[in-house]
Amino acid sequence: MSLDKDQVQHIAKLARLRLADDEFGETVDKLSRIVDFVDQLGQAATDDVVPMAHPLHATQRLRPDQVTETNDRDRVQRNAPSVGDGLYLVPKVIE
Amino acid sequence: MSGSWEVVIGLEIHTQLATDSKIFSGAPTTYGAEPNTQACLIDLGYPGMLPVLNEEVVRMATKFGLAVNATVAQRSVFARKNYFYPDLPKGYQISQFELPIVEHGELFITDADGNDKRIGITRAHLEEDAGKSVHEGLGKSSGIDLNRAGTPLLEIVSEPDLRSAKEAVAYMRKIHTIVRYLGISDGNMQEGSFRCDANVSVRPHGQEKLGTRSELKNLNSFRFVEKAINFEVERQIELLEDGGKVVQETRLYDSDKDETRPMRSKEEANDYRYFPDPDLLPVEIDAAYIEAVRETLPELPDAKQHRFVDEYEIRADDAAILTASQPLADYFEEVAAATQGNPQGVANFVIGDLSAALNRDGIAVEQSPVSAAALAGLLDRIKDNTISGKIAKEVFEAMWAGEGSADEVIGARGLKQITDSSAIEAVVDQVIAANPGQVAEYKAGKDKLIGFFVGQVMKETGGKANPGQVNTILKQKLR
Amino acid sequence: MGQDLHEQSLTQLAAGLESGDFSSVELTEALLRRIESHNRALNAFLTITAEQALAAAKLADEARAARNAGVLNGLPLAHKDIFCTRDVLTTCGSRMLENFVSPYDATVVERLAGAGAVVLGKTNMDEFAMGSSNETSYYGPVKNPWDLEYSPGGSSGGSAAVVAARLAPAATGTDTGGSIRQPAALTGTVGLKPTYGRVSRYGMIAFASSLDQAGVITRSSEDAALLLGVMAGFDERDSTSIEHPVPDYVAGLSKSLKGLRIGIVRQHFDEGLDEQTGAAVRESLAVLESNGAILTEVDLPNLDLSVPTYYVVAPAECSSNLSRFDGVRFGHRAEDPEDLYDLYCRSRGEGFGAEVKRRIMTGTYVLSAGYYDAYYLKAQQVRHLIADDFHKAFADVDVIAGPTAPTPAFKLGDKTDDPITMYLNDIYTIGANLAGLPGISTPCGFVDGLPVGLHLVGPHWGEEAILRCAYHYEQLSSWHQACPENYK
Repeated sequence: MSLDKDQVQHIAKLARLRLADDEFGETVDKLSRIVDFVDQLGQAATDDVVPMAHPLHATQRLRPDQVTETNDRDRVQRNAPSVGDGLYLVPKVIE
Repeated sequence: MSGSWEVVIGLEIHTQLATDSKIFSGAPTTYGAEPNTQACLIDLGYPGMLPVLNEEVVRMATKFGLAVNATVAQRSVFARKNYFYPDLPKGYQISQFELPIVEHGELFITDADGNDKRIGITRAHLEEDAGKSVHEGLGKSSGIDLNRAGTPLLEIVSEPDLRSAKEAVAYMRKIHTIVRYLGISDGNMQEGSFRCDANVSVRPHGQEKLGTRSELKNLNSFRFVEKAINFEVERQIELLEDGGKVVQETRLYDSDKDETRPMRSKEEANDYRYFPDPDLLPVEIDAAYIEAVRETLPELPDAKQHRFVDEYEIRADDAAILTASQPLADYFEEVAAATQGNPQGVANFVIGDLSAALNRDGIAVEQSPVSAAALAGLLDRIKDNTISGKIAKEVFEAMWAGEGSADEVIGARGLKQITDSSAIEAVVDQVIAANPGQVAEYKAGKDKLIGFFVGQVMKETGGKANPGQVNTILKQKLR
Repeated sequence: MGQDLHEQSLTQLAAGLESGDFSSVELTEALLRRIESHNRALNAFLTITAEQALAAAKLADEARAARNAGVLNGLPLAHKDIFCTRDVLTTCGSRMLENFVSPYDATVVERLAGAGAVVLGKTNMDEFAMGSSNETSYYGPVKNPWDLEYSPGGSSGGSAAVVAARLAPAATGTDTGGSIRQPAALTGTVGLKPTYGRVSRYGMIAFASSLDQAGVITRSSEDAALLLGVMAGFDERDSTSIEHPVPDYVAGLSKSLKGLRIGIVRQHFDEGLDEQTGAAVRESLAVLESNGAILTEVDLPNLDLSVPTYYVVAPAECSSNLSRFDGVRFGHRAEDPEDLYDLYCRSRGEGFGAEVKRRIMTGTYVLSAGYYDAYYLKAQQVRHLIADDFHKAFADVDVIAGPTAPTPAFKLGDKTDDPITMYLNDIYTIGANLAGLPGISTPCGFVDGLPVGLHLVGPHWGEEAILRCAYHYEQLSSWHQACPENYK
């Protein structure tokens, strides 16, 4: 099943990816090929097969409720593109 | 509200669980720290970081499930809810989707006719809280504080069984009481540890199909929940009666204007693309674990309320008020055990003067300057007629201000009640002699004037004459 | 002995250091000089941590003198640039992390350093581990030391090239669909991917969380066993890390080959496989058989669906894992964003390359409303079928063998037009990731002057069996000792 331009636009929007105009056509084409390829899965007989989310059958380990982290803000914020007063800055959001 | 419309409400309550560390990291959860000083690399969604589950949240969720008679899932799964927003560092929230830890619960509220009404609880699931945004004071920017990111939340979803704003508030209060009884949340709405969203729709009476609903957010007090729902119901009914359609959308409640309006950032429907989180394994707890948690449950509010009515023979609505807060209920019981006075009298005092003083000073009962034992002492003096109920109020205020025990205050201020009949008779004679006009009117049939005479006697005795005896003696002498 | 330092395997170097034949500082200096001469042509290293390496080497020599040497004391290696290294650039082969200096070390990095290893630098890789040729790296492709016009495979192409060119005796890698084993096969080195959950993923930048595993590229199975022993083991910081005892992998190597049951997959030797590659692999299996191994045929009926399954599951997981790269707390940020939406779309649009964007979009699509059941859910069901096929097969055999890749190395630029052609490179390796099984590739010959590899897969926790089998084959052959002409 191929994808059309609108679908690809919608997906790019959900994924917050800006595609340059010259990239767009190629992306539609390649994504369509990928989707065509994975459509093969439809052939498989999977009634009553439990989906496998993890390859090993194990269960979640629980950690004790203890504070183990100390404040390292200044060091960590050295990687931040834009900070002010200890806050991470983004273009203003109106709710 | 038009009688031909039925209101349908479902509530989604997010309660922060009172753990020391976050749900998936070891960062602290204390409120009010400097921005981003409690956000560790896991909370910040740093590359390579992985979540590890806090055992306490599992225990707390289990406690809640048991308290609302729900099924606690022996196997539950964390799922990713994917969307982009600056206060959501990973670009997804770790939540639970298809297999939540708690399902099919219930609780009971009292409806408008005073009957028990069952409200279904569809599910309660664990998830992580997002950070906070600051939109003012940063010019063209918004600032993100991720201290709150990763704080554990229990999202409690009700069935759409609520039929009015009042029922919604009653349900919300019940949940609020339960989570505090269980010690799993401090329920502090100002600090955001107890938040409510309401899904509101209307439909013509008798119609089975639900109307289109709107989701109301930013309801951070019981009062606002009620007002917001009422506004929204009216808005929807007006819209429909005018021939319009209700749009499914998220709306914010503006408490200044007392209205709801659409929320800008949520205009587009989000496709959350839920899938099981591959960084976390399924949570498995066995029946033994669940039973062990059950052993730790305290007496729950409903049970306590019924017991108060049975054991103390107090009025049902008083029992409801007393049991709304576990510390208050405990206080009541301590007083009742220590005093000779009857429990209804204790209830009256606790709900009346004590609660008024607590509210006035903005403190909780645990901080009351008048201890349960001290209050019991005061009530004993009413019971044994040392003071009247009216004087007791004055004594209470003095005790509250730190002047000492009931006996100490009564002694120091000379407030003992006058019960000597001959002393009262003397004053009554005085009052009768001084007010011949009113005496004549009373004898002519104006019975209400007895209050005037009682007032005069009280004035003469500085309020200390026993009111019952005053009444009796006055009526005798005015025959 | 008498070999140049760079010609020696990790095990040989360990012995040499132990006997005092040379110091770690000498060894490190020698390799740094080689890196200096060769890296430009190969583009294998993205960051060379010369100062830190020499400092660590000095400390290692001192520790050895004080009889306080860890098991990897003074041994140099390289880390794939997907592992977070404290205070050192970690780019993941992407523009998105061009200036990202990690504030912490990955568990893998910690454990190897803790055992005394010396880190020479960070190796080039396909961007965010997505690729099979090391051509998606923002920093340019890596060249195959056997022929610079050819790809070394991917995504751990840099690590493979480093080891093949003898710039370091070992390098770490990660394997999600074959990203350690395939480049190892294409460069004539040994590549080991352990059982899922064997090695901690903490600090390993996530691509597809339920498939990713950390492993190593070395010049022998003995070296791989040595490193695995240090890297393996439960880590409480990774919820998917499994508590399972770590045996002495090196000691297990010399157990007899006799009676080892090797399963040959019927579905492997079909038209997709290059004839000469197939012949080399069959030859190697014959050698094993004449030395005591027992060959049987096994059936993995759902194997042909493993590549489509992978290309639903891996993109789905990565589309979510990569959402954290938004220009807010770290990483590339677009200039002068108009609003929040613009900040996200342009930062991510500029920061990610085409393949990464494609995979994110594929993943977003297969998880989206209306498509989840038909794609994601379906793929996880087929995954279960594939895993069950393997488990059934392992009831009758100890290891499953076949070719690692369908062809030897291909020219750079050859397969970049059609994504599917590139994806089919992983056709033999992907099954092990889907089922969480350990796999190893060891060199088994040459086709037109380019190396090819023998692929061995074991059951869960079957590292011992595959290491042993590969080790014995290495003793019986010596393909793994071949060195590309310009790097001798």
